[in-house]
Amino acid sequence: MKRVVQSLLFGLAALASSPLWAETPPNVLIVGQIAEPQSLDPHAVTAVNDFRILVNVYDGLVRYADGTLNVEPSLATDWTISDDGLEYTFNLREDVNFHDGSPFNAEAVVFNFERMLNEDHPYYDTGPFPLAFYFGQVDSVEAVSDYQVKFTLTEPFAPFLSNLAYPTGLIISPDAVREHGAEVGRNPSGTGAFQFEEWQANQRVVVTRNPGYWDGAPSLEAVVFRPITDANTRVAEMLSGGIDLMVEVPPDNVSTFVDDGSFALYEQAGPHLWFLILNMKEAPFNSKAMRQAVNYAINKESLVTDILQGTATVATGPTPPAFGWAYNDELEPYPYDPDRARELIAEAGGEGAEITFYVTEGGSGMLDPISMGTAIQADLAAVGLNVSIETYEWNTFLGEVNPGLEGKADMAEMAWMTNDPDTLPFLALRTEAFPENGGFNSGYYSNPEVDELLNQARTSTDQDERARLYREMQAIVYDDAPWAFIANWQQNAVATDAVENFKLQPSFLLQLQDVSKP
Amino acid sequence: MRSPIWPYIGKRLAMTLPVLLGLTLIVFFIMAMIPGDPATAILGSYATPDNVARLNAQLGLDKPLVSQYFTWLGNLLQGDLGRSFNQNREVLEIVNERFGATLILAGTALVLCSILGLLVGIVSAVKQYGLVDKVLTLIVLIGISTPAFWLGLLMIMLFAVEFRVLPASGMYAVYGGGDLPDLIRHLILPAGTLAFIATGVIARLTRASMLEVLRQDYIRTARAKGLAERRVIYRHAFKAALVSIVPVIGIQAGFVLGGAVYIETVFQWPGIGSMLVTAISTRDLLLVQGGVLVVAAAYVFFNLLADVVQVLLDPRVTS
Repeated sequence: MKRVVQSLLFGLAALASSPLWAETPPNVLIVGQIAEPQSLDPHAVTAVNDFRILVNVYDGLVRYADGTLNVEPSLATDWTISDDGLEYTFNLREDVNFHDGSPFNAEAVVFNFERMLNEDHPYYDTGPFPLAFYFGQVDSVEAVSDYQVKFTLTEPFAPFLSNLAYPTGLIISPDAVREHGAEVGRNPSGTGAFQFEEWQANQRVVVTRNPGYWDGAPSLEAVVFRPITDANTRVAEMLSGGIDLMVEVPPDNVSTFVDDGSFALYEQAGPHLWFLILNMKEAPFNSKAMRQAVNYAINKESLVTDILQGTATVATGPTPPAFGWAYNDELEPYPYDPDRARELIAEAGGEGAEITFYVTEGGSGMLDPISMGTAIQADLAAVGLNVSIETYEWNTFLGEVNPGLEGKADMAEMAWMTNDPDTLPFLALRTEAFPENGGFNSGYYSNPEVDELLNQARTSTDQDERARLYREMQAIVYDDAPWAFIANWQQNAVATDAVENFKLQPSFLLQLQDVSKP
Repeated sequence: MRSPIWPYIGKRLAMTLPVLLGLTLIVFFIMAMIPGDPATAILGSYATPDNVARLNAQLGLDKPLVSQYFTWLGNLLQGDLGRSFNQNREVLEIVNERFGATLILAGTALVLCSILGLLVGIVSAVKQYGLVDKVLTLIVLIGISTPAFWLGLLMIMLFAVEFRVLPASGMYAVYGGGDLPDLIRHLILPAGTLAFIATGVIARLTRASMLEVLRQDYIRTARAKGLAERRVIYRHAFKAALVSIVPVIGIQAGFVLGGAVYIETVFQWPGIGSMLVTAISTRDLLLVQGGVLVVAAAYVFFNLLADVVQVLLDPRVTS
């Protein structure tokens, strides 16, 4: 018996003393992801988690310029837009091949969009393509010549270029689709800085350097994406040296890394808004004074510093400041002013109003929804509103909130991340976006002026003109207060000090072309 | 002489089929009843009624529930478990990829907890009410009452972050590795955690049955004959006690397989358990069905194995 114990202990010591796993090798970046990807087919996936891999394997016609949400050339060198805003003609790079060796050209672009949009396309059944509506305005795509492609839209649609830069617009090799069919998501081939190497289910996705990358081969030999679903485990892997980089550091762990000199914390504000939808169809929030009172009564500063530990900033209006060009910087966030809130409530005769508040347990971009909901409940109680919280699991929550709050709730948490200033207000603030019309205006906000501004901004192709319209819209929505504007998330990441040239992007994508780890 | 074991196994296997069938029926309708649907989960923020309806049609979810179930069942009989909505791959392929990892984890944990449980139980029984018994009982009680995910995190913090002697998560080193020592290094924490929690029940039961057996007349006779105490305990008492312990090990197999769900999530073990967690949260109905079916079949198999061993130990059991 003693001998068995001895040899067991000896074996353990031998296993433990070998340091193979303790350090990650040079020139290989190991990234802790929040989940296993669904697929690596850019047209089939919807999760930011998957996009973080995709943008390193594929390119689109255009991309977001470093550090901004402005569109710049990528696989297209330049483009022209017809005066009526209906025709977009792109000139393509002529020196690019897909990782599988097939050439990138106008035919490949046509194949990609037809596959997604045309039900009669032979590879349409390799879908479904849930985000194809990003290109819902596309009437036809045609190859004008080998390296020129023309999109014709059914109506002017200003966010079109920005949507092309979104991961749903990334270009996949038609040969790979033909060869692998629906399984192409496990056998991806793009034109990006890294090429796909292997995918071990729930263990790792490995991509390696594309030596012939048209925009300069990356310095890293390989990137390994590891799914680590549990946030605590992800933090432990980071602390124990099992990964080099992790995204979405939980607020409570940020200080652990900041205090430790061997890690660097990265932060970047993104196009994210965390807000409360107020049900304007029914009392008490059919009164503007009551809605403004809620905005005054919530201590947003305390929410972002105490609960979110500085991982978010206080929001002002419906448009996040990350959309620099469209953001109205003349507006100031509603100050925390409980006295003013009480005055407004008294003015509206809403003292002691009973409010049902939908809170979610978690969900994409929802940050820390239960703690935040509870803090908001307390702030509103302090100005005399009786808030009762109902908590739902995320998918159930969406099923309750998206069809509209009428007859169910007065207030609901919500968060959005978008790539164009058009998206959120267009889908969630217009009269035509009421839930019964298939939109997300679950609180039934309706202001003809805002409707008009949004329609104009969407059809104008002049960015200055669009900016003016969005700024005007923000000022009106700010005053009407259909939502309580709470926070803009700052995405964060932690890397070891061996990782160089890393930067987070406002698009929430993870561009690793320039990263090195000697 | 006709061996009584084969008809017994046949009868037990025949009883398994309705159990598994009933299980798939329950899982199917529970998944259908819980709010939320795969299309909403896939579309997330973009789940407009229009988009949801379109995607549901593409996924074949617009048909009546009963017809969906029978379609699934019909395909199952042909060995087709359907496609995962979320990953757009064959369920069979995904389950196949994952099941080995779960068997390694749960199998190791089961062996560990059986050995530990039996040892602790025997020692406790022999030293009844002594200091050793009290200390072991306390440790076992801690094991039974500790939440596995919490213990798992604690082990990670201790052995991976603080001492840096074992990897925090995963099944193989991400780069290099991939051999048996690498697997064992990664297996120690999750299997150890799972085994620690599962040891308690076996240890308590072993102690109780050993105490019962040790009071029997034939043990007194064996001791009176002058047999060595070690021989009395291991040959005579333990063998008799084992008959009532083996079925409990079979039941613990179910506990270990179920426990794998959260242990796999905490340790990012690429098995069926962590797959099920994701599949449930994305309402990936067919993947949940496939996963549950396989886990249930494994459970039934382990139980059958335990019962067969019991019959071999004590032929009276079949009658």
